[in-house]
Amino acid sequence: MSTFSDLLLDAYRDCPDKVSMTVLLTGHEDLQVTYRQLVEGAAVCANTYEQQGVQPGEVVVLILQHGLELIFAYWGAILHGAIPSIMPFLTEKLQPDRYRADLSALVGITRPECIVTYREFEAEVKAALPEASSVRKLIVSDELVQPAKIDTQTFKGLQRTEKDIVLLQHSSGTTGLQKGVALAHGAVLNQLDSYAHALRINDKDVIVSWLPLYHDMGLIAGFLLPILKRIPLVLLSPFEWVRSPAKLMQAVSKYKGTLSWLPNFAYNFCAMKTRDRDLEGIDLSSWRAISNCSEPMRYESHRVFLDRFQPYGLHESALCTCYAMAENVFAVTQGGIEAEVMIDDINRDAMQSKKLAVPASVDAPSIKMVSAGRPIRNVKVKIVDESGLDLPDRHIGEVVLQSDSMLTEYYHRPDATENALKGGWYFTGDYGYMVGEEVFVAGRKKEMIIVAGKNVYPMDLEELAMEVTGVHAGRVVAFGIFNETTGTEDVILVAEVDTEDQDERDAIGDAIRQTVTRGSAVALRHVYLVDSKWLIKTSSGKNARTANKEKYLSETSN
Amino acid sequence: MKDEIIQKTGAYIASTVLKQPNRVIKADQLLISSGLIDSFSLVDLALFVEDTFNVHLDDSELNKDVFDTLEQLAELVASRAA
Repeated sequence: MSTFSDLLLDAYRDCPDKVSMTVLLTGHEDLQVTYRQLVEGAAVCANTYEQQGVQPGEVVVLILQHGLELIFAYWGAILHGAIPSIMPFLTEKLQPDRYRADLSALVGITRPECIVTYREFEAEVKAALPEASSVRKLIVSDELVQPAKIDTQTFKGLQRTEKDIVLLQHSSGTTGLQKGVALAHGAVLNQLDSYAHALRINDKDVIVSWLPLYHDMGLIAGFLLPILKRIPLVLLSPFEWVRSPAKLMQAVSKYKGTLSWLPNFAYNFCAMKTRDRDLEGIDLSSWRAISNCSEPMRYESHRVFLDRFQPYGLHESALCTCYAMAENVFAVTQGGIEAEVMIDDINRDAMQSKKLAVPASVDAPSIKMVSAGRPIRNVKVKIVDESGLDLPDRHIGEVVLQSDSMLTEYYHRPDATENALKGGWYFTGDYGYMVGEEVFVAGRKKEMIIVAGKNVYPMDLEELAMEVTGVHAGRVVAFGIFNETTGTEDVILVAEVDTEDQDERDAIGDAIRQTVTRGSAVALRHVYLVDSKWLIKTSSGKNARTANKEKYLSETSN
Repeated sequence: MKDEIIQKTGAYIASTVLKQPNRVIKADQLLISSGLIDSFSLVDLALFVEDTFNVHLDDSELNKDVFDTLEQLAELVASRAA
């Protein structure tokens, strides 16, 4: 069994001039990076970590924008045997002190030894570090030290074994409870082998990705898979894609892209927000698998995407699905590669009230469920009831899985690790059912809202809203409602207020929108102010989100 | 023309982006850096401005350094239409 460093250096020796990736950034020529350039760039970073006294096995947090610096810093950490983890960069909308609080929480739990960032961001990072923090080295990206020569035998990364942790993937969690998913070399490589097999990777494949590298879908499918499996990668910036989604289609057409991964909202977003003039001359016929992953998959989203891009050569057979999670490195299932994705039309009431996926009949309302495909070859999936007993086909229960690509642990969180793994099975917290080998995901246990592929916890949003003057602690509730047009969830925040003065209510509503937007990953639009005693509480006094969501829907649907 | 751009674009943002049709957006109110308009809505805004005022905006212009208020946006659009 090999490690990341072995595989990267093998590619450096076998095919130094092969283009590993093409980086597309607006205002620059498309930049091609060969395996030689990738290793040389990474070697400079590895040498810098060495000079700065970073030891193999220590965690290096990277706070850099998408681009070559980030890519080299990442692979440099690998070659040095250190453990890289990418932290999202501060965005325009986020309030700096919130960002600082998040960074501080991450540092507190993960306890990294080193952080790499830009010179202009150094002060911001320093301000966020807790007193007596674990961070011994703060490396500024323009202070890298060129090695005298590159000796491919001496990288300390070569001394790592398949059981050693290779990287940390920070899954989102409520503020202060960040979990770093620690993955070993062997686990990631098992996943890549099994997933490459499921995708039927061949020598014509080209992966095109705009996904952020701090998210498992972007990091694994859109970065590590192509680089380690020598599949050419075309990499766009998520911040540029969101301003011009047509860039994805242009890149696929120009580079004959074959594989991409998209969260569900992106199907609607691309379909609605690309101008005809940006699609002139575009040919999407090379695209053979676009996998819908990371938020609930909708049949309707696939249809709008197909309707919009079929005139440009998109094949219907390219619409694929995938169910994935960082705890399994990435893919659990994959659908649509060799046969079309299975659509299961089921009775809506039986699903909601009896937890059964009964095939639809003509006289009752139905839902079109999209199969996430079949387990990839190194993963076993089953559905269990609340006491952990196996359920038969078409019974909805919790999805549990077992594989040789599971996380080693939640880094420095033995409590969380113990909760997630029971009797050798990982409990996903997602509800689903199976039909034969096909896996259908039908909801989630956790009260989590997924907005445009980002996981958001209602309690975090509620706490932010409670900071606003005129809003009382415990008298706020947040939940998500699916929006058919955008293909993702809208966040609704309901707050009780005492005042009946409309101007004062408007001011409170604005303050809630602003505080939540600047303090979280979502842009809050829907604030619903109600009189006191509106909210339904459970007997224990806890917030009953589902009941309040139903009350909101019944009040606003008229 | 600038007043018309400010008025029409402000009304569009209030109703479509913010879902508060009665709200008035002031010409000097910060839009992007305040988080009032998120990145997903920037594309909508660009499409609206292009279609309504018959001008071409480049993707690279959709950021707070180019315009962060209706006033600045109106300036940009008016100069391009002229």
